[in-house]
Amino acid sequence: MNDIPLTHILFVSTALFFIGMYGLFTRRNMITMLMSIELMLNSVNINFVAFNKYLYPNQLNGIFFTIFIITIAAAEAVVAIAIIINLYRSHHSIDVEDAGEMKW
Amino acid sequence: MTTDVFILMKFELIIAIVIFILLFVKVGSDGWSNKKTLNVINILLLINFIAGFFMNDDGTLFGDMFRTNDLISLEKNILNLGTLIISAQAYSWLKNHKHVLEFYMLLLSTLLGMFLMISAGNFLMFYLGLELSTIPLAAICNFDLEKRQSSEAAMKLIISSAFSSGLLLFGISLVYGTTGTLSFSELSPLLNGSELQLFAFVLLLAGFAFKISVVPFHLWTADVYEGSPVAVTSYLSVISKGAFLFVFVSVLYNVFKPIADTWYNMLFLLSVLTMIIGNLFAIRQNNLKRFLAFSSITQMGFILVGISGSSQMGPASVIYFLLIYIFSNLGAFGVIAFVSAITGKETMDDYKGFYKTNPFLTWVLTISLFSLAGIPPTAGFFGKFFLIMAGAGKGNYMLISIAALNMIISLYYYLKVVKAMFMDANDQPIEKLSIDTLPKLAMLICVAGIIVVGFVPAIYDYIYSLSLTF
Repeated sequence: MNDIPLTHILFVSTALFFIGMYGLFTRRNMITMLMSIELMLNSVNINFVAFNKYLYPNQLNGIFFTIFIITIAAAEAVVAIAIIINLYRSHHSIDVEDAGEMKW
Repeated sequence: MTTDVFILMKFELIIAIVIFILLFVKVGSDGWSNKKTLNVINILLLINFIAGFFMNDDGTLFGDMFRTNDLISLEKNILNLGTLIISAQAYSWLKNHKHVLEFYMLLLSTLLGMFLMISAGNFLMFYLGLELSTIPLAAICNFDLEKRQSSEAAMKLIISSAFSSGLLLFGISLVYGTTGTLSFSELSPLLNGSELQLFAFVLLLAGFAFKISVVPFHLWTADVYEGSPVAVTSYLSVISKGAFLFVFVSVLYNVFKPIADTWYNMLFLLSVLTMIIGNLFAIRQNNLKRFLAFSSITQMGFILVGISGSSQMGPASVIYFLLIYIFSNLGAFGVIAFVSAITGKETMDDYKGFYKTNPFLTWVLTISLFSLAGIPPTAGFFGKFFLIMAGAGKGNYMLISIAALNMIISLYYYLKVVKAMFMDANDQPIEKLSIDTLPKLAMLICVAGIIVVGFVPAIYDYIYSLSLTF
């Protein structure tokens, strides 16, 4: 099972994290921005599981943390989507550029 | 063991019980008027605040996940006091609102999250507390459901806080990778300042900086403060920031002590940027909520000066300043919240000639602004004095002189508001407002706090003696 070295997995997770960050900064659709944030959180999950599996196989700290992150990401998405729906009712758009009444 | 849980987790359990009581009231009572509900809630919060002073004990629970001591109990008492004052000030806004109970359930959930976060002895517990304190906060930012600005503010808050917790988590995962533990006490000796750990620390610092709105990460602050209902704004600026600062100090001083030299330089840069940019943006604001948002960013810069000293005075001066900051910021926000709830006016031009019609409110706002600016004999002066003293411990006088210069700049815009209220003429000033008992009481408590905390040296000595066990 150790055919794939840890560095490969860390490379994937770091790439995923920064792809998520790039998506958050460039996309203007709120749902897509939320998806980018999920990408960032999932890269953290990969990190935790990989570290736990490869470096500290005799404990479960990382796996537990992953389960909590998944749960909380779901809760966060629920509140965020509720807010976006409410925003859609007043702005009739889910583009962040349209929600720019307050600046500077 | 079982009694230990009840005594050590006293603060959390009381808040949880209050939340459940509110839930049962919501299910069981159709006929309660808003005034009755609000009175019951304020009495419950008062009981919660008073109960915080009895039967405090040191100890850890759940395999070091949860820890508490006298200093943490004091921090929780300060947060309880702030919540009580905010609740009393929100009376004028909430008495005509449809969803009073929901507001308090969400508000107290965030308070519960902050308590768990302050007591955390493990990154997992810390992360859970952090999310429990930010997710419901975004929901109450949107509490004026029909207002466009309110939903915009909530959207900005939830996206930026989700992003910042993503950064924080990536940092935590790297720390876990290099040390193999998540517990604060086991982690500290294993830190050796390798590149990966420094990268992890930078990510963690960025996450924290988002939460306490330090300058490169402050962009959400003013928008969220302006759009949210004023009670939520004052909660965000005082309680939420206070809780995150407590944790920030404890993480820096306990966990990341081995790399103190590295984070000193980072904090130096961040505090200089925060003070200067916060000040420059505060000067050009006309909306008072935005103005207080930038002023609170500047205050965070001064607090970072105190933290960067990394001496024994650091935590003591930060907690002492936060106590004063709660009184002075809540005094200012209390007046603005009250005027905004009744008339809807929030800009500086509206406040011209305010003294002629509402002398009491004007004096409360003036004393609070003087305290924020740090003019003696208000407590704000002593708070800033101790912060700068703590920062001077390192001998970096450039940082101290930048801080002193920024205090002078900040005087300009605080006094601009005072001038508008006292001196400027206005054809249509805000009419004379009659104040409800509870908000008036809360304002008087704030003014009393501003004056008393500065003049009673025992308070600082007490905090300092507790911080020795930090």
